[in-house]
Amino acid sequence: MPRNLWLRIGLIAVAVAVSLWYLYPPKQRINLGLDLQGGIHLILGVDTKKAIAAQTERAAEDFRQALERKGIGIKRVAREGDRAISVALASPASWNDALTVASQFQTFTRKASDQTVGTFTLEMDEREASQQIDLATRGAVEKIRNRVDKFGVAEATITRQGDDRILIQLPGVQDPDRAKALIGQTGLLEFKLLDERTSVEEALAGRLPETAELLFQRRVDPESKQETKIPFVVQKRTLLTGAELTDASVQADPNSTGNWQVSITFSAAGAQRFGEITENSVGRYLAIVLDGSVYSAPRINERIPGGRAVITGQFTVEQARDLAIVLREGALPAAVSILEERTVGPSLGADSIRQGMIAIAASAALVFVFMLVYYRLSGLIADVALVLNLLLLLACMAAFGATLTLPGIAGIALTLGMAVDTNILIFERIREELNNGKLPRSAIEAGFNRAFRTIIDTHVTVLVTAAILYNFGTGPVKGFAVSLFVGLSASLFTAVFFTRLLFDLIYLGRRKVATISI
Amino acid sequence: MIRIFRNPDFNFIGRRRWAYCVSLALVLIGLGSLAIRGLHYDIDFTGGALVQVRFEQPPDVRAIRAALAKVGLGDSVIQEFGEAREFIIRVPLSAQTSQEIGTKVRDALAADDALGKVEMRRVEFVGPQVGRELQLQAIYAVLFGIAGILIYIAARFDLKGGVAAIIAVFHDVTICLGALSLTGREFSLPVLAALLTIIGYSVNDTIVAYDRLRENRGRGQRGRSFAEQMNGAVNQTLSRTVLTALTTFFATAILLTLGGKVLEDFAFVLVVGVVTGTYSTIYIAGALVVDWTLYVEGRGSKGKKAVAKA
Repeated sequence: MPRNLWLRIGLIAVAVAVSLWYLYPPKQRINLGLDLQGGIHLILGVDTKKAIAAQTERAAEDFRQALERKGIGIKRVAREGDRAISVALASPASWNDALTVASQFQTFTRKASDQTVGTFTLEMDEREASQQIDLATRGAVEKIRNRVDKFGVAEATITRQGDDRILIQLPGVQDPDRAKALIGQTGLLEFKLLDERTSVEEALAGRLPETAELLFQRRVDPESKQETKIPFVVQKRTLLTGAELTDASVQADPNSTGNWQVSITFSAAGAQRFGEITENSVGRYLAIVLDGSVYSAPRINERIPGGRAVITGQFTVEQARDLAIVLREGALPAAVSILEERTVGPSLGADSIRQGMIAIAASAALVFVFMLVYYRLSGLIADVALVLNLLLLLACMAAFGATLTLPGIAGIALTLGMAVDTNILIFERIREELNNGKLPRSAIEAGFNRAFRTIIDTHVTVLVTAAILYNFGTGPVKGFAVSLFVGLSASLFTAVFFTRLLFDLIYLGRRKVATISI
Repeated sequence: MIRIFRNPDFNFIGRRRWAYCVSLALVLIGLGSLAIRGLHYDIDFTGGALVQVRFEQPPDVRAIRAALAKVGLGDSVIQEFGEAREFIIRVPLSAQTSQEIGTKVRDALAADDALGKVEMRRVEFVGPQVGRELQLQAIYAVLFGIAGILIYIAARFDLKGGVAAIIAVFHDVTICLGALSLTGREFSLPVLAALLTIIGYSVNDTIVAYDRLRENRGRGQRGRSFAEQMNGAVNQTLSRTVLTALTTFFATAILLTLGGKVLEDFAFVLVVGVVTGTYSTIYIAGALVVDWTLYVEGRGSKGKKAVAKA
């Protein structure tokens, strides 16, 4: 017996033991993809353009105020496009003072200046813009993660993809609509005064002053489910945002049974600001705007101290609860939209698992019987190797935390068919050597050695395609690539190492080998 | 000992003209179908929405369409899926197709009392941007796959072998796509994965034959023409090629019949691909190298014998 035989037995034993250890208990060890266990897969795009535009808008407002503080007369300060602020001074005489103010806005560069009429443009730097995109995306990922945590989804995956995308995977969520609403809502709460100088009719006709905008309140008739939109003319200026609140909680709406409302509490600074706003605007109407929709616009009767406010709408208890989560966690730094969605219901996932398992079992059974009938004892060796192959494949997937998807199951079934290829290559070669008159032992030796090079070549080509699939594929396809890759690697190991070991154990130990059962 | 072939000595290479005709016919049928009938792209590539629903009772397709028409989705494609009470509704990409499409379809179907209870089995929405990207990625994946294999074979054997293997791969892929088009199946991401697998599989087979040819060099090959040597290599590896094709074919055929409706198109491509991949290994890949070598030799330049040089 060759000396290293025990070493090889030991190695296989260790491989099997480690595999079993990784696989036990299998239900918890194998990650099932969303297509198998049911759940939501979302790719969100962060509207970075709007985030930058909002940043520019704020800078424009700051710039206007800075000019006003210096007593510089202005004709116009307004955002132009996403990244530029166009400025027109009242008189070219204050040119130098205005430039001094502009130089304090370091992330903006002055362009297209015309001193004779006193106009110039400030443009946001490329670096600043990409930094804003990065901040917006990172912030959105964090906020969404917090919301999902509060919502209570086990094993949710929320990761950034590329510059401005977020991949979200929520396994086993029962109510996809609700989850989507919770995740996708920007949650930007704003308090704005109504513009009472402009009538709704004028605004609808398109005659709006630059400082006002037309927003709508959505109402759904509980009986006919018809949606109506009530227009409001609102001042563009935001007096207070949800960033200033410290808590949000759900209450029953005292004025309308069955509806719920969200009560919010401001921070100390927020409460002070809220008090000032209400004090200065007694008799006017304050619109509560959430993500660009008016929820209510109550009349301010008196100064409201204590920093509390209530958002009413036609909320169900779930909607109110989710809105409270969104408000507590804070608004997303930029709006997000769904670019891709794949939702699989739990029943379909269960069906897929069942059918996939049947397919694997049937493939395995057919291949087993085929090998056994065709190659007899050697076929049995190949079958044992196949079982080991399957074990190693699953253990590797568990060890690397890879995800098993439906195409992944197909990949396993396919690997079963292809994995015996290595054994077939070897066995055919051994038969050939026997045919050429070699003695059994040297036929085995030659068969393994000659087939080895071919086996490497064939494996490398399929591994190359599997690797490319992994790199270019998404979700389910990646799962297929993983099981193909791992399965082929395992088959390389078992065929070259394990099959050989069994042959050596059976035929090397004996004094004389007259025939091989192949 | 059971054997499919006892010392096979079929004249594959000698009959290569016939094989070329058969292949050319199949490829032309495939291309013709692709040109006339076209390929149905799944929403993965076109963008759009897909909703899979199951009713308690087999419904009338017209009733489904009427219910959808009420919410302005009347032009959706409605297909029975696997069983009489299960349907797939495809909504093309338009201003209507938003992320709320699943909810809209469900509400529309649930509102219609005639349809009974409806269960949402699957909702997929692919925005136009993602669809375009997936299209590009698909093209890259196939090109990189082919390039990777070409480089590997060119490095291990020689360029002629690599190019011939790639032509055989194109042949297989064209026939698979043609079969997809003829049967009106969808070209989706999993189908792309199947195609790439077939690329790997087809080349895999071809390599085994090339490997053998190279190994045989200098062993009693004196006086045999290159065509004879190639034919010998194909024959020597024939049992293995056919056996492996059989086991893989079993596995894919079982996937097609038992793997469920979701995997059907995927498994279909695998089945077709295994058959044509095996055929192209036996009849096409080696034959092309032979013809190329003969052509080079015929021009007077003493071309090295392709593949066999290593």
